Order: sequence, then C-alpha cells, then structure tokens
Amino acid sequence: MSGHSTFEPKHPALKWFESRLPLVGLIHSSFVAYPTPRNLNYWWTFGGILSLMLVCQIVSGVVLVMHYTPHITLAFDSVEHIMRDVSYGWLIRYIHSNGASMFFIAVYIHMFRGLYYGSYKAPREVLWILGCIIYLLMMATAFMGYVLPWGQMSFWGATVITNLFSAFPVVGPTIVEWLWGGFSVDNATLNRFFSLHYLLPFMIAGVVVLHVWALHVVGQNNPTGVEPKSPKDTVPFTPYATIKDGFGMVCFLIFFAWFLFYIPNYLGHADNYIPANPLVTPAHIVPEWYYLPFYAMLRAVPDKLGGVLTMFGAIIVLFFVPWLDTSKVRSGVYRPLFKQFFWIWVAVCIGLGWLGAKPAEGGYVIAGRILTIYYFAHFLIILPLLGLFEKPKAVPASITEAVLGKNRGAAPASAGVSAPQTKG
Amino acid sequence: MAATETAGTTRRDFLYIATGAMGAVGAAALVWPFVSQLQPDASVLALSTTEVDLTSIAEGQMVTVKWRGKPVFVWNRTEKDIAEAKEVQLSALLDPIARNANLAADAPATDENRAGEGHEKWLVVIGICTHLGCVPIGHSGEYDGWFCPCHGSEYDTAGRVRRGPAPTNLDIPPYQFVSDTKISIG
Repeated sequence: MSGHSTFEPKHPALKWFESRLPLVGLIHSSFVAYPTPRNLNYWWTFGGILSLMLVCQIVSGVVLVMHYTPHITLAFDSVEHIMRDVSYGWLIRYIHSNGASMFFIAVYIHMFRGLYYGSYKAPREVLWILGCIIYLLMMATAFMGYVLPWGQMSFWGATVITNLFSAFPVVGPTIVEWLWGGFSVDNATLNRFFSLHYLLPFMIAGVVVLHVWALHVVGQNNPTGVEPKSPKDTVPFTPYATIKDGFGMVCFLIFFAWFLFYIPNYLGHADNYIPANPLVTPAHIVPEWYYLPFYAMLRAVPDKLGGVLTMFGAIIVLFFVPWLDTSKVRSGVYRPLFKQFFWIWVAVCIGLGWLGAKPAEGGYVIAGRILTIYYFAHFLIILPLLGLFEKPKAVPASITEAVLGKNRGAAPASAGVSAPQTKG
Repeated sequence: MAATETAGTTRRDFLYIATGAMGAVGAAALVWPFVSQLQPDASVLALSTTEVDLTSIAEGQMVTVKWRGKPVFVWNRTEKDIAEAKEVQLSALLDPIARNANLAADAPATDENRAGEGHEKWLVVIGICTHLGCVPIGHSGEYDGWFCPCHGSEYDTAGRVRRGPAPTNLDIPPYQFVSDTKISIG
C-alpha cells in the first residue's frame, strides 16, 4: 500500500488474473516487499501475535458454538457437555477461555510498547485510535463471552457490569432494562449476548484491517522513533519480519500452551463452575484479571456515577494521548524523564490490577484512590508538562546510524544485511 | 560456518526442511482435535441402543420407534402378509440382497432372511426410504407394504423394494430378541 508493488507475475494465467484483480500483488506489497525498519525489536512482534490470537479465538469459538446451547436451562450443562462428551471439547474450550487471557496479555504488551516508543504520535494518530477502538471491542466481546457458560460469575458479572449503565441520570434505568430485555439478567440477556459475542469478533477483524491499512500508509514506528530515510534503513518484510514474527509467535504459543495444558483454570474463578443462581450472589465477586485495574478505579470513587465515569474515562483518555504528549521527540529511548515516569505508570497499572482483586475495604480503597489519581495525572498533567520541561537526549540522524554507529552508518552495510534489499 | 557447506546441500537447507517438517507435524496435531470434534460425541453414542416391548403390538399393527434418531418400523405381520412375501420369487425383486445387518452381506432377500430370526411374524426395518431418506407410509402401495410419498417407491410386506426409484430394500438394523416379547435394537 505504500509504494508500488514490485510483483510481476510470470505465469500467463496469473497475469490474466492480476490484471483483473491485483490480489497477489497486494499481498506481495503488503507482506513480502513491504519495507520494515531494520531495527525492530521483539516488542514489535506482538501485532502479528495479536492477529494470530484473533484467528485462534474465532476458529475455536465457531467450533464451540457447534456444541453450545444459549438458553438459561441448558447453557451451563452444554458447557459441561463440551468438557466431558465432545471429542477434544475440553481442549477447544480451554483454548478459547485461556486464549482470551492470552489475547489480553498480548494487547497490553502491544499498548505499552506503543506508549513507550511514542507510536501514537503524528502521523500515526488514526492508527492509534483504531487500536483503542479494537481494545474497546475486545473488552465488550470478552465480557459477553464470559456470560455464556451461565455460572455464578457469569451471571453476577453480567448483573454488575450492565448495572454500571444505571448510574447515568434519567436514561440509566431504561438503558439497563433494554440491555437485559427484561427486569433482570435472564434468558433474553443470554441470547442477545450470545448473538453479539459472535458478531463482535468479526467487527474486530474489520477494524484490524483498517488498523493494518493505516499502519501500511504511515509505516511502522521503530525503537529510535526516527522515520526511515533511505532504503538502507529498512529491510523487506519477508523474510526478516515474517521469520521474526514467526519466532515470536512460537514462543508466545509455548507460553499459551503452558497455561492450556498445565493450569487451564488458573485465570478463571472456581465459582463459575456453580450454575447461575439469580437469588444468591457469591461472597467474593471479581471480574476477569484483564478488567481488574478498571474495577479498582470503579471502587475507588465513593459515588456511583463518578465511579462509572472514572472507569470509562480511564479508557477514553487513551484516545487523546497523541495530543496530550507534547514532546517533539517520539521514542522514550531518548527521553530520560519520560522513561522513568513511564515505568512508574506501568507499576501503577499493575498495582491497580492487584488492588482490583482485593476486597473493597480499608487500606485497599485508600491505595486505590491514590493510584487512580496518579493514573489520570500521568496523562493529564505529566505527559503535557514533560514535553515542555524535559531535555531529551540527542536523537540519531537515521536508523542505520543508530544500529551501526555514527562512523559505519554512512559506509555500505555488510552484505548479509543488505543483500535482499528491494525498493519498497 | 561456510567451511562446512558444500555446493549441493547446505546446513541451511537441512534447517529449513527440519523446521518445515516440525511445523507440519505441529499443524497436523493442532488440526486433528478440530476435525475430531465433528464425530458423534459420547452423549450421542450413549443413546445407540433402543429396547422395544412387543406385547403391546397387536397382530397386523405396525409401530414406529426411534433408534439413533431414525424411525424403525416394528411390524407384527398377519399370516396373509407373510404368505404374500413368501410367494415372491427372488428373480422378481429389484434388489435380491437381504440388507439384514444381522446376516452375511450377500444373504438373499428371502422372507426368512428379512423377518426376525425364529419369529417370522415380526419384521423390523429402518423406516427410511433408500432413495433419498423420506419416511415411507405403512400399509399402503400396491404391494401392501410401504409407499414413499416423496418419489413413489413401493415396498412389499417384507420391506423389499418392488418399484423404483429406490435402489435397495429397506435396511434391517442390528437387533436381537432379548426374550420372545422384547427386542433390543442396536
């Protein structure tokens, strides 16, 4: 999409097809000849890993639907039926439930990477916002998927999360009734969540296409934050990025397989193996781990509407990061102060996650309040001010200079690095 | 490293092939559970036997029971029905094979081979027309057996096809007499 395709079909049949629909040329220019910065590190493999996880979730999900029944009297039993009766049903269900967690681990690393290296800055604002939209869709999808097994946590998670909307004045209670399709979480709720849980992943796939399109228009960021200036600064996507991404995926899948085969229920809750009971709430109710930081923020605010707004605000603020960060320097590598504040903020996010799993009482609430304030201060105060007061380190003139050093940067690169170079 | 390489095959060629082969094995191992889940699951297999009490079926009466989700006709035939079936010469049949799961695959379609073993008044057949799977209507058609409403196939009093388009006789499921008044199908 950036630059011209260097694909020239040789076979007459392929020539005939290519002149009518240049599909192979598009794939070639996007995933073979596409120039990638030569200095990408392993944090850049998580985009590919996320695509893999989306495919993994869609494939395993489509198969689960073949055996699942979305009805309050049958849903719980049909999940147990998948676990006990269906051939390899246990494996496919554990792939799907652990896959959701792996998807979020990958997306959080991907987001931290983007925030550290300034991947949201001009001209990548739209790319960043599309990513935020994907993240929101992922959260909605995961939430509705967790309701489907119709265990105690499914039911009460659905009740609590939908009740968030009741905080809005005037329209709140009506919105909640319409979400439920009744006066409580019931069969109508389960059916519509099932329908939407099947729909949303395909919407995610659609936005992923836009995300990749936007990426290929503006080009990838890289650890230096310096745009590629000459063909020497880039290498072709294949074989360099494909092999590196492939290796990253394999390592990630080993990590995934460890959860899948050794501790498949570690990230879940035992209470969800109790069938949903609308008359009794479990004593200790917490959301899935990937929502915990936001759950901590919700509980930190002693006001219903305020808590809900704080929670949603924590995500909305991400959309504005491209304009909140005022620094001219893109990569955190050359920003000594930003670097420190970034890691403090990461620690705050993890701290909020830890607090989200603790009971809402005493010191936990106070700590939650402090960390919530810091979370917002990072975006609304620290990022804008850092750009004004921070003295960044010298940024290299080019990617090649950063990789090979100042003296060798101008010299012809060694044969091994530049041999398969093609114009992007 | 270059010193160990020859013009023909290189160390790198070996690594490519070994990696590719390992990847193919892994992909196949991953695909298998997704194919395997398509087969009938344990809850379906658990329902593969059906018992039928014959005492409540009067002479001449035909009842339909469900076995593995399919209709099975259990017919208490009259003397007239049996005599009619026995009169037919094998050469007059469209399909001369018994199609009886309890007998050899090439057993001829005589009435003895079609009816219950030692209980010749009982006829047990899978109630699915061998043409395209409709359920034929009992006690009807020119041959007093079944008539299929979909495409007009007709079966006689031993469930043998006598007029097309059905290509074969109604199948006889595996079954046995648990006692004189009870059969177990499957």
